[in-house]
Amino acid sequence: MLRQLAVRREALFAMLGLATAWQIASLFFPSYLFPPLPAIGAAFAKIFGSWEQVGNALATALRILAGLAGAFLLGVVFAVAMAKSRKANDYLFPILHFNQGIPALSWVVISIIWFKSIEFRIWFIMVVTTVPAFAFQILDAYRSISKDLHEMALSFRPSRYDMFRTVVLPTVVPGILTAFKVNLGNASRVVVVAELVGATGGVGYQLLQMQQLFDLAGALAWTLVLVLFVLGTQQILTLLESRLLRYRAQSERGL
Amino acid sequence: MRAPIIRFENVCKRFSDKEGRELAAYAVKDLSFDVAGGELVAVVGRTGCGKSTMFNLLAGLLEPSSGLVRVYGRDPFRDFDWFRGKIAVVFQSDRLLPWRTALHNVAYGLELNHMEERERLGLARDWLRRLGLEGYEDAYPHALSGGMRQRVSIARAFAVNAQILLCDEPFSSLDELTGAKLRAEFVRLVRENRKTSIFITHSIDEALTLGERILVFQPPAFIVLEVRPEEAATEATRAAMKDAILSAMTSEVRDPAAS
Ligand SMILES: Nc1ncnc2c1ncn2[C@@H]1O[C@H](COP(=O)(O)OP(=O)(O)OP(=O)(O)O)[C@@H](O)[C@H]1O
Ligand SMILES: [Mg+2]
Repeated sequence: MLRQLAVRREALFAMLGLATAWQIASLFFPSYLFPPLPAIGAAFAKIFGSWEQVGNALATALRILAGLAGAFLLGVVFAVAMAKSRKANDYLFPILHFNQGIPALSWVVISIIWFKSIEFRIWFIMVVTTVPAFAFQILDAYRSISKDLHEMALSFRPSRYDMFRTVVLPTVVPGILTAFKVNLGNASRVVVVAELVGATGGVGYQLLQMQQLFDLAGALAWTLVLVLFVLGTQQILTLLESRLLRYRAQSERGL
Repeated sequence: MRAPIIRFENVCKRFSDKEGRELAAYAVKDLSFDVAGGELVAVVGRTGCGKSTMFNLLAGLLEPSSGLVRVYGRDPFRDFDWFRGKIAVVFQSDRLLPWRTALHNVAYGLELNHMEERERLGLARDWLRRLGLEGYEDAYPHALSGGMRQRVSIARAFAVNAQILLCDEPFSSLDELTGAKLRAEFVRLVRENRKTSIFITHSIDEALTLGERILVFQPPAFIVLEVRPEEAATEATRAAMKDAILSAMTSEVRDPAAS
């Protein structure tokens, strides 16, 4: 607990240092290059002062979560297929691997040409860019199921459901949580690009507006909204993780 | 002679590699033996001679490459589900679920046999107490010593009250005192409930004390010697028996058919 607080204190100092550096820079450069902190703060406050703007933030958050949910489900399907069948693995692996090399912007172009619905375009981009990592991470988690524990359970002749509930699930949950944490970061970077496919709301759309208005304070405020959403959600996942994994041994000496 | 409950007939087992090709080496070769109902059989043999593999075949976790394994006249691998609640295994390593407390680990087999929660936790608590682990109900495996973990795994196997008990070196990681206590408890349990039991041990003395019959394995798992400790009435015959087991274990008499 104390150690956690200490880490938080250092994080706070680091962020304060960054803010101070920025504020100092704003004294020497014109404000359209380095808007002073109060201006960014005001822009930030303005976002949360209007329902319409909050709606923009929520839209992006929902798009991220919907994309992750879709990618997760599809990732489970791929991972299970790859785990169960060597053939499926041999065919799916190169495709997913190849997919990982495709930039998000290419998917933007493709989805604009392929689909009409803007929300579907965004969802498609989100899913297609995050699904390989999900599939690989879930597959890894699945393969890490201990053969010894599996056999031990088998010796009691469990039903398939009981085996899943008591051995498979507890083993794969940590890996799945990690996959969500990693992909949340990726998804938040992709979503703003995806919102360029013609969205009329959302953080990406607002960023584009700010760029056209040459309003850096506004752009930074919107960026901050997105970053805070990602960090907040990751914090929730971390809390969940430490609750679910409290059975694990802690080394007194760290790694 | 009581009717055999467990029967191995010329059982061979070769493991396969990742591609599914059978390896050349036999883990178990031409193994044949019977175990009668209520019998307590000890198995000794050098490390790597196929004892644990024999257990896995018996528990239906492995399929024999050839030969027959029969328990109650059925195939434990094919008729897998039929054996629910009928065979309990104490594995060589404790194999506790790290995400379950000691209590819930002991209750695990009962849970899979659909015993109602209150009843199974009560029974599990009872078993922990019998194995000297009172007060450790809520401890996770990582917070228990190796011997304590082994005792939890013994409790887990005994709790399901199966007719057949397979124990792979159950007492090897315990101190003399606890070991002696548990051995006595084990024998009492098996005798009182007329359980059929096979236990693997590295200690010839343990085999001589506990076993009604001792099978001595040579790699790849076939029986080179079979003795009945009850026939050794005096210290001298017992010592002779021990010597015979030792030399059977260490001799290089190999199956002439083996390359
Ligand atoms: N999963 C496996 N794949 C390939 N070979 C195996 C496998 N399990 C066991 N073997 C081999 O089978 C042989 C018998 O192993 P087994 O575990 O049955 O020995 P053991 O008699 O129980 O030894 P110990 O007393 O050390 O526990 C060994 O040579 C081992 O290398
Ligand atoms: Mg073994």
